[in-house]
Amino acid sequence: MAAEPFDQHADIPGTTIFDGKQAMKGYALNKMCYSFNSAENRAEYLRDPEAYFVKYGLADDQKQACRDKNVLAMIAAGGNIYYLAKFAGIYKLSVQDVGAQQTGMTTEQFKEKLKRAGD
Amino acid sequence: MATIIGGLTSSHIPAVGNAIHNKLFDDPYWKPFFDGYPPIREWLDHHKPDVAINIYNDHGLGFFLDRMPTFAIGAAAEYRNEDEGWGIPKLDPFPGDPELSWHIIESMVADEFDITSCQELAVDHGFTVPMQLFWPGAPNNPAMPRTVPISANTVQHPIPTLKRALDFGKALRKALLSFPKDVKIVVMGTGGLSHQLDGQRAGFINKSFDQMCMEKIVTAPEELTHISRMELVEKAGAQGTEFLMWMMMRGALGDKVVPLEKNYHIPISNTGAGTMLLECAA
Repeated sequence: MAAEPFDQHADIPGTTIFDGKQAMKGYALNKMCYSFNSAENRAEYLRDPEAYFVKYGLADDQKQACRDKNVLAMIAAGGNIYYLAKFAGIYKLSVQDVGAQQTGMTTEQFKEKLKRAGD
Repeated sequence: MATIIGGLTSSHIPAVGNAIHNKLFDDPYWKPFFDGYPPIREWLDHHKPDVAINIYNDHGLGFFLDRMPTFAIGAAAEYRNEDEGWGIPKLDPFPGDPELSWHIIESMVADEFDITSCQELAVDHGFTVPMQLFWPGAPNNPAMPRTVPISANTVQHPIPTLKRALDFGKALRKALLSFPKDVKIVVMGTGGLSHQLDGQRAGFINKSFDQMCMEKIVTAPEELTHISRMELVEKAGAQGTEFLMWMMMRGALGDKVVPLEKNYHIPISNTGAGTMLLECAA
Protein backbone atom coordinates (compact mmCIF):
# COMPACT_ATOMS: atom_id res chain seq x y z
CA MET A 1 0.00 0.00 0.00
CA ALA A 2 1.38 3.40 -0.90
CA ALA A 3 2.07 5.90 1.85
CA GLU A 4 -0.15 8.97 2.05
CA PRO A 5 1.08 11.43 -0.60
CA PHE A 6 0.75 14.29 1.89
CA ASP A 7 3.21 12.57 4.18
CA GLN A 8 5.77 12.23 1.41
CA HIS A 9 5.52 15.63 -0.22
CA ALA A 10 4.87 18.08 2.55
CA ASP A 11 5.96 21.59 1.81
CA ILE A 12 5.67 23.58 5.00
CA PRO A 13 7.31 26.99 4.60
CA GLY A 14 10.26 27.59 6.92
CA THR A 15 10.33 23.94 7.95
CA THR A 16 12.80 21.19 7.01
CA ILE A 17 11.48 17.68 7.50
CA PHE A 18 14.37 15.76 9.07
CA ASP A 19 13.98 12.50 7.18
CA GLY A 20 16.37 9.81 5.97
CA LYS A 21 17.79 12.08 3.29
CA GLN A 22 18.64 14.82 5.79
CA ALA A 23 19.82 12.28 8.35
CA MET A 24 22.34 10.87 5.86
CA LYS A 25 23.53 14.29 4.75
CA GLY A 26 23.93 15.56 8.30
CA TYR A 27 25.32 12.44 9.94
CA ALA A 28 28.86 13.74 10.64
CA LEU A 29 27.63 17.12 11.88
CA ASN A 30 24.99 15.56 14.14
CA LYS A 31 27.46 12.99 15.43
CA MET A 32 29.84 15.77 16.40
CA CYS A 33 27.03 17.62 18.18
CA TYR A 34 25.95 14.41 19.95
CA SER A 35 29.51 14.09 21.29
CA PHE A 36 28.99 17.41 23.10
CA ASN A 37 26.95 15.56 25.73
CA SER A 38 30.36 14.97 27.31
CA ALA A 39 32.11 17.86 29.12
CA GLU A 40 35.47 16.41 28.11
CA ASN A 41 34.49 16.54 24.43
CA ARG A 42 33.18 20.10 24.75
CA ALA A 43 36.56 21.14 26.19
CA GLU A 44 38.43 19.33 23.42
CA TYR A 45 36.31 21.10 20.79
CA LEU A 46 36.90 24.53 22.33
CA ARG A 47 40.66 23.98 22.41
CA ASP A 48 40.72 23.46 18.62
CA PRO A 49 37.41 23.56 16.73
CA GLU A 50 39.06 22.97 13.33
CA ALA A 51 40.78 19.80 14.51
CA TYR A 52 37.48 18.63 16.02
CA PHE A 53 35.65 19.19 12.69
CA VAL A 54 38.26 17.00 10.96
CA LYS A 55 38.04 14.34 13.66
CA TYR A 56 34.30 13.99 12.97
CA GLY A 57 34.69 14.22 9.20
CA LEU A 58 32.56 17.33 8.64
CA ALA A 59 31.95 18.44 5.04
CA ASP A 60 33.10 21.93 4.05
CA ASP A 61 29.60 23.47 4.23
CA GLN A 62 29.13 21.94 7.68
CA LYS A 63 32.46 23.36 8.90
CA GLN A 64 31.64 26.80 7.55
CA ALA A 65 28.15 26.79 9.09
CA CYS A 66 29.73 25.91 12.46
CA ARG A 67 32.40 28.60 12.14
CA ASP A 68 29.66 31.13 11.41
CA LYS A 69 27.39 29.66 14.14
CA ASN A 70 24.73 29.93 11.46
CA VAL A 71 21.83 27.70 12.48
CA LEU A 72 19.92 27.88 9.17
CA ALA A 73 23.10 26.87 7.31
CA MET A 74 23.64 24.03 9.77
CA ILE A 75 20.08 22.80 9.11
CA ALA A 76 20.61 23.09 5.35
CA ALA A 77 23.74 20.95 5.83
CA GLY A 78 21.66 18.23 7.48
CA GLY A 79 21.77 19.35 11.11
CA ASN A 80 18.98 18.23 13.42
CA ILE A 81 17.87 20.83 15.95
CA TYR A 82 18.00 18.45 18.93
CA TYR A 83 21.72 17.87 18.32
CA LEU A 84 22.41 21.44 17.20
CA ALA A 85 21.03 22.58 20.56
CA LYS A 86 24.09 20.97 22.15
CA PHE A 87 26.35 23.01 19.85
CA ALA A 88 24.38 26.14 20.81
CA GLY A 89 24.81 25.21 24.47
CA ILE A 90 28.60 25.47 24.16
CA TYR A 91 28.15 29.13 23.20
CA LYS A 92 25.46 29.63 25.87
CA LEU A 93 22.84 30.38 23.25
CA SER A 94 19.28 29.77 24.46
CA VAL A 95 16.52 28.43 22.19
CA GLN A 96 15.25 32.01 22.04
CA ASP A 97 18.65 33.22 20.80
CA VAL A 98 18.61 30.44 18.21
CA GLY A 99 15.03 31.28 17.19
CA ALA A 100 15.88 34.98 16.91
CA GLN A 101 18.88 34.24 14.69
CA GLN A 102 16.82 32.06 12.33
CA THR A 103 13.99 34.58 12.02
CA GLY A 104 16.16 37.70 11.74
CA MET A 105 14.99 39.24 15.00
CA THR A 106 16.63 40.30 18.22
CA THR A 107 16.16 37.89 21.11
CA GLU A 108 13.84 40.42 22.78
CA GLN A 109 11.70 40.69 19.64
CA PHE A 110 11.55 36.91 19.40
CA LYS A 111 10.45 36.59 23.02
CA GLU A 112 7.75 39.17 22.35
CA LYS A 113 6.55 37.13 19.36
CA LEU A 114 6.29 34.04 21.60
CA LYS A 115 4.33 35.97 24.19
CA ARG A 116 1.90 37.28 21.55
CA ALA A 117 1.08 33.68 20.55
CA GLY A 118 -0.81 33.48 23.85
CA ASP A 119 -3.16 36.38 22.99
CA MET B 1 -3.96 -7.45 39.92
CA ALA B 2 -2.47 -4.23 38.68
CA THR B 3 -4.71 -1.20 38.25
CA ILE B 4 -4.26 1.93 36.14
CA ILE B 5 -5.53 4.85 38.18
CA GLY B 6 -4.93 7.71 35.78
CA GLY B 7 -2.84 9.63 33.32
CA LEU B 8 -0.67 12.71 33.69
CA THR B 9 0.49 14.98 30.92
CA SER B 10 3.15 17.64 31.06
CA SER B 11 5.43 19.57 28.80
CA HIS B 12 9.07 18.72 29.43
CA ILE B 13 10.92 21.86 28.37
CA PRO B 14 14.59 21.97 29.52
CA ALA B 15 14.21 25.56 30.79
CA VAL B 16 11.74 24.18 33.37
CA GLY B 17 14.58 22.10 34.83
CA ASN B 18 16.59 25.26 35.36
CA ALA B 19 13.59 27.16 36.73
CA ILE B 20 13.02 24.38 39.29
CA HIS B 21 16.70 24.44 40.21
CA ASN B 22 16.51 28.21 40.72
CA LYS B 23 13.15 27.94 42.58
CA LEU B 24 11.36 30.41 40.30
CA PHE B 25 7.91 29.10 41.33
CA ASP B 26 6.53 32.58 42.14
CA ASP B 27 8.34 34.42 39.37
CA PRO B 28 5.71 36.19 37.19
CA TYR B 29 6.92 34.44 34.04
CA TRP B 30 6.81 30.97 35.59
CA LYS B 31 3.95 31.13 38.11
CA PRO B 32 1.06 30.49 35.67
CA PHE B 33 2.86 27.33 34.55
CA PHE B 34 3.91 25.99 37.96
CA ASP B 35 0.44 26.68 39.41
CA GLY B 36 -0.91 23.80 37.32
CA TYR B 37 0.93 21.20 39.39
CA PRO B 38 -0.02 21.44 43.12
CA PRO B 39 -3.58 20.10 42.61
CA ILE B 40 -2.16 17.13 40.72
CA ARG B 41 0.40 16.53 43.48
CA GLU B 42 -2.47 16.45 45.98
CA TRP B 43 -4.19 13.77 43.92
CA LEU B 44 -0.92 11.81 43.77
CA ASP B 45 -0.47 12.19 47.56
CA HIS B 46 -3.93 10.79 48.05
CA HIS B 47 -3.64 7.87 45.61
CA LYS B 48 0.05 7.00 46.05
CA PRO B 49 0.84 5.16 42.81
CA ASP B 50 3.49 2.43 43.06
CA VAL B 51 4.60 2.78 39.46
CA ALA B 52 4.82 5.62 36.94
CA ILE B 53 5.10 4.62 33.28
CA ASN B 54 6.91 7.59 31.80
CA ILE B 55 6.28 7.96 28.05
CA TYR B 56 8.65 10.56 26.63
CA ASN B 57 10.84 11.18 23.62
CA ASP B 58 14.60 11.14 23.84
CA HIS B 59 16.32 14.26 22.44
CA GLY B 60 19.81 12.91 21.73
CA LEU B 61 21.01 11.54 25.06
CA GLY B 62 19.86 7.91 25.18
CA PHE B 63 19.86 7.39 21.43
CA PHE B 64 21.70 8.72 18.39
CA LEU B 65 20.96 8.41 14.67
CA ASP B 66 23.22 5.34 14.40
CA ARG B 67 20.41 3.25 15.89
CA MET B 68 17.06 4.95 16.27
CA PRO B 69 14.31 2.81 17.83
CA THR B 70 10.77 3.81 16.95
CA PHE B 71 9.55 2.52 20.32
CA ALA B 72 11.99 1.70 23.14
CA ILE B 73 11.14 0.32 26.58
CA GLY B 74 13.48 0.50 29.57
CA ALA B 75 14.25 -2.77 31.36
CA ALA B 76 16.74 -1.61 33.97
CA ALA B 77 16.88 -1.55 37.76
CA GLU B 78 17.68 2.17 37.58
CA TYR B 79 17.83 4.94 35.00
CA ARG B 80 20.65 7.44 35.04
CA ASN B 81 20.22 11.09 34.12
CA GLU B 82 23.33 12.37 32.36
CA ASP B 83 24.90 15.55 31.06
CA GLU B 84 22.98 16.79 28.01
CA GLY B 85 25.53 19.43 27.15
CA TRP B 86 23.83 22.64 28.24
CA GLY B 87 24.04 22.67 31.98
CA ILE B 88 20.78 21.38 33.45
CA PRO B 89 21.76 20.04 36.89
CA LYS B 90 22.14 16.26 36.81
CA LEU B 91 19.76 14.25 39.01
CA ASP B 92 20.29 11.01 40.91
CA PRO B 93 19.23 7.74 39.23
CA PHE B 94 15.52 6.86 39.12
CA PRO B 95 14.44 3.45 40.46
CA GLY B 96 13.14 1.02 37.82
CA ASP B 97 10.96 -2.07 37.95
CA PRO B 98 12.60 -4.67 35.69
CA GLU B 99 10.01 -7.33 36.44
CA LEU B 100 7.21 -5.11 35.20
CA SER B 101 9.37 -3.93 32.28
CA TRP B 102 9.85 -7.47 30.99
CA HIS B 103 6.19 -8.25 31.52
CA ILE B 104 5.32 -5.23 29.35
CA ILE B 105 7.91 -6.18 26.73
CA GLU B 106 6.63 -9.77 26.53
CA SER B 107 3.05 -8.61 26.22
CA MET B 108 3.75 -5.86 23.66
CA VAL B 109 5.73 -8.14 21.36
CA ALA B 110 3.09 -10.88 21.67
CA ASP B 111 0.67 -8.15 20.60
CA GLU B 112 2.85 -7.50 17.52
CA PHE B 113 4.49 -4.26 18.67
CA ASP B 114 8.15 -4.80 17.78
CA ILE B 115 9.86 -2.75 20.44
CA THR B 116 13.50 -2.25 21.47
CA SER B 117 14.34 -3.35 25.02
CA CYS B 118 16.95 -1.32 26.90
CA GLN B 119 18.90 -2.69 29.86
CA GLU B 120 20.76 0.59 29.96
CA LEU B 121 19.06 3.84 29.16
CA ALA B 122 20.22 7.33 30.04
CA VAL B 123 17.14 9.51 30.51
CA ASP B 124 17.09 13.17 29.50
CA HIS B 125 14.94 16.21 30.36
CA GLY B 126 11.98 14.66 28.52
CA PHE B 127 11.82 12.10 31.31
CA THR B 128 13.21 13.99 34.31
CA VAL B 129 11.44 17.37 34.12
CA PRO B 130 7.90 15.94 34.46
CA MET B 131 9.11 13.68 37.29
CA GLN B 132 10.39 16.77 39.12
CA LEU B 133 7.14 18.61 38.50
CA PHE B 134 4.90 15.84 39.83
CA TRP B 135 7.25 14.59 42.60
CA PRO B 136 9.29 17.58 43.81
CA GLY B 137 12.83 16.62 44.69
CA ALA B 138 12.64 13.59 42.38
CA PRO B 139 13.99 11.02 42.55
CA ASN B 140 14.66 11.77 46.24
CA ASN B 141 11.01 12.12 47.16
CA PRO B 142 9.71 9.47 49.63
CA ALA B 143 6.62 8.96 47.44
CA MET B 144 8.66 8.49 44.23
CA PRO B 145 7.12 5.56 42.32
CA ARG B 146 9.21 3.00 40.51
CA THR B 147 9.33 3.74 36.83
CA VAL B 148 9.37 2.21 33.38
CA PRO B 149 10.51 4.68 30.71
CA ILE B 150 9.09 4.32 27.22
CA SER B 151 10.59 6.47 24.47
CA ALA B 152 9.13 7.05 21.01
CA ASN B 153 11.09 8.53 18.12
CA THR B 154 10.22 12.09 17.18
CA VAL B 155 13.80 13.05 16.22
CA GLN B 156 13.85 11.60 12.72
CA HIS B 157 11.06 11.01 10.20
CA PRO B 158 9.35 8.66 9.63
CA ILE B 159 7.83 9.02 13.09
CA PRO B 160 4.90 6.84 14.23
CA THR B 161 1.39 7.82 13.17
CA LEU B 162 -1.09 9.13 15.72
CA LYS B 163 -3.12 5.98 15.25
CA ARG B 164 -0.10 3.80 15.96
CA ALA B 165 0.60 5.83 19.08
CA LEU B 166 -2.95 5.38 20.38
CA ASP B 167 -2.88 1.68 19.52
CA PHE B 168 0.45 1.34 21.31
CA GLY B 169 -1.22 2.77 24.40
CA LYS B 170 -4.10 0.30 24.11
CA ALA B 171 -1.66 -2.62 23.94
CA LEU B 172 0.21 -1.13 26.89
CA ARG B 173 -3.04 -1.07 28.85
CA LYS B 174 -3.53 -4.78 28.16
CA ALA B 175 0.04 -5.45 29.28
CA LEU B 176 -0.30 -3.47 32.50
CA LEU B 177 -3.67 -4.90 33.50
CA SER B 178 -2.36 -8.45 33.09
CA PHE B 179 0.53 -7.88 35.53
CA PRO B 180 -0.20 -10.29 38.37
CA LYS B 181 0.71 -8.01 41.28
CA ASP B 182 -1.31 -5.47 43.24
CA VAL B 183 0.31 -2.29 41.99
CA LYS B 184 -1.27 1.06 41.31
CA ILE B 185 -0.04 2.62 38.09
CA VAL B 186 -0.09 6.10 36.59
CA VAL B 187 0.82 6.62 32.94
CA MET B 188 2.58 9.83 31.95
CA GLY B 189 2.59 11.36 28.47
CA THR B 190 5.20 14.11 28.28
CA GLY B 191 6.19 16.70 25.70
CA GLY B 192 4.47 19.23 23.50
CA LEU B 193 2.38 21.03 22.99
CA SER B 194 2.90 23.16 19.88
CA HIS B 195 6.41 24.44 19.27
CA GLN B 196 9.02 24.72 16.58
CA LEU B 197 12.68 25.37 17.32
CA ASP B 198 14.16 25.14 13.83
CA GLY B 199 13.96 27.02 10.57
CA GLN B 200 12.43 30.34 9.55
CA ARG B 201 9.22 29.16 11.21
CA ALA B 202 10.94 28.95 14.63
CA GLY B 203 8.70 30.31 17.37
CA PHE B 204 5.52 28.90 15.85
CA ILE B 205 2.87 28.20 18.52
CA ASN B 206 -0.74 27.26 17.75
CA LYS B 207 -3.06 27.95 20.65
CA SER B 208 -6.33 26.86 19.03
CA PHE B 209 -4.85 23.57 17.81
CA ASP B 210 -3.39 22.83 21.27
CA GLN B 211 -6.73 23.56 22.91
CA MET B 212 -8.53 21.31 20.45
CA CYS B 213 -6.04 18.51 21.20
CA MET B 214 -6.48 18.93 24.97
CA GLU B 215 -10.23 18.66 24.55
CA LYS B 216 -10.34 15.75 22.10
CA ILE B 217 -7.78 13.69 23.97
CA VAL B 218 -10.29 13.42 26.79
CA THR B 219 -13.48 12.73 24.90
CA ALA B 220 -12.57 11.55 21.40
CA PRO B 221 -8.94 10.46 20.98
CA GLU B 222 -9.92 8.35 17.96
CA GLU B 223 -10.77 11.54 16.07
CA LEU B 224 -7.20 12.75 16.53
CA THR B 225 -5.90 9.68 14.68
CA HIS B 226 -7.18 11.25 11.45
CA ILE B 227 -4.45 13.89 11.69
CA SER B 228 -1.60 12.87 9.39
CA ARG B 229 1.97 13.23 10.56
CA MET B 230 2.74 16.09 8.19
CA GLU B 231 -0.46 17.82 9.22
CA LEU B 232 0.76 17.48 12.82
CA VAL B 233 4.09 19.12 11.84
CA GLU B 234 2.20 21.88 10.08
CA LYS B 235 -0.30 22.57 12.89
CA ALA B 236 1.73 21.76 16.01
CA GLY B 237 5.18 22.76 14.73
CA ALA B 238 8.14 20.53 13.94
CA GLN B 239 8.66 19.57 17.60
CA GLY B 240 4.95 19.60 18.41
CA THR B 241 5.01 16.03 17.11
CA GLU B 242 5.75 15.16 20.74
CA PHE B 243 1.96 15.06 21.09
CA LEU B 244 2.38 11.42 20.07
CA MET B 245 3.39 10.72 23.70
CA TRP B 246 0.03 12.06 24.87
CA MET B 247 -1.72 9.73 22.44
CA MET B 248 0.25 6.73 23.77
CA MET B 249 -0.65 7.70 27.33
CA ARG B 250 -4.31 8.15 26.42
CA GLY B 251 -4.56 4.71 24.84
CA ALA B 252 -3.46 3.16 28.13
CA LEU B 253 -6.30 4.76 30.11
CA GLY B 254 -9.25 2.94 28.54
CA ASP B 255 -12.40 4.38 27.02
CA LYS B 256 -13.64 6.64 29.74
CA VAL B 257 -11.62 9.16 31.69
CA VAL B 258 -12.51 12.09 33.92
CA PRO B 259 -10.47 15.25 33.39
CA LEU B 260 -9.72 16.46 36.93
CA GLU B 261 -7.11 19.12 36.20
CA LYS B 262 -6.14 21.11 33.15
CA ASN B 263 -3.70 23.97 32.66
CA TYR B 264 -2.42 25.62 29.49
CA HIS B 265 0.02 28.49 29.26
CA ILE B 266 1.89 30.35 26.50
CA PRO B 267 4.81 30.71 26.34
CA ILE B 268 7.16 28.62 28.38
CA SER B 269 10.41 28.96 26.53
CA ASN B 270 9.29 28.45 22.88
CA THR B 271 6.33 26.26 23.73
CA GLY B 272 2.62 26.12 24.44
CA ALA B 273 2.73 24.22 27.74
CA GLY B 274 -0.09 21.81 28.61
CA THR B 275 -0.70 19.97 31.88
CA MET B 276 -3.52 17.51 32.57
CA LEU B 277 -4.69 14.96 35.10
CA LEU B 278 -7.04 12.34 33.70
CA GLU B 279 -8.55 9.88 36.16
CA CYS B 280 -9.63 6.48 34.91
CA ALA B 281 -13.35 5.96 35.35
CA ALA B 282 -14.11 3.20 37.86
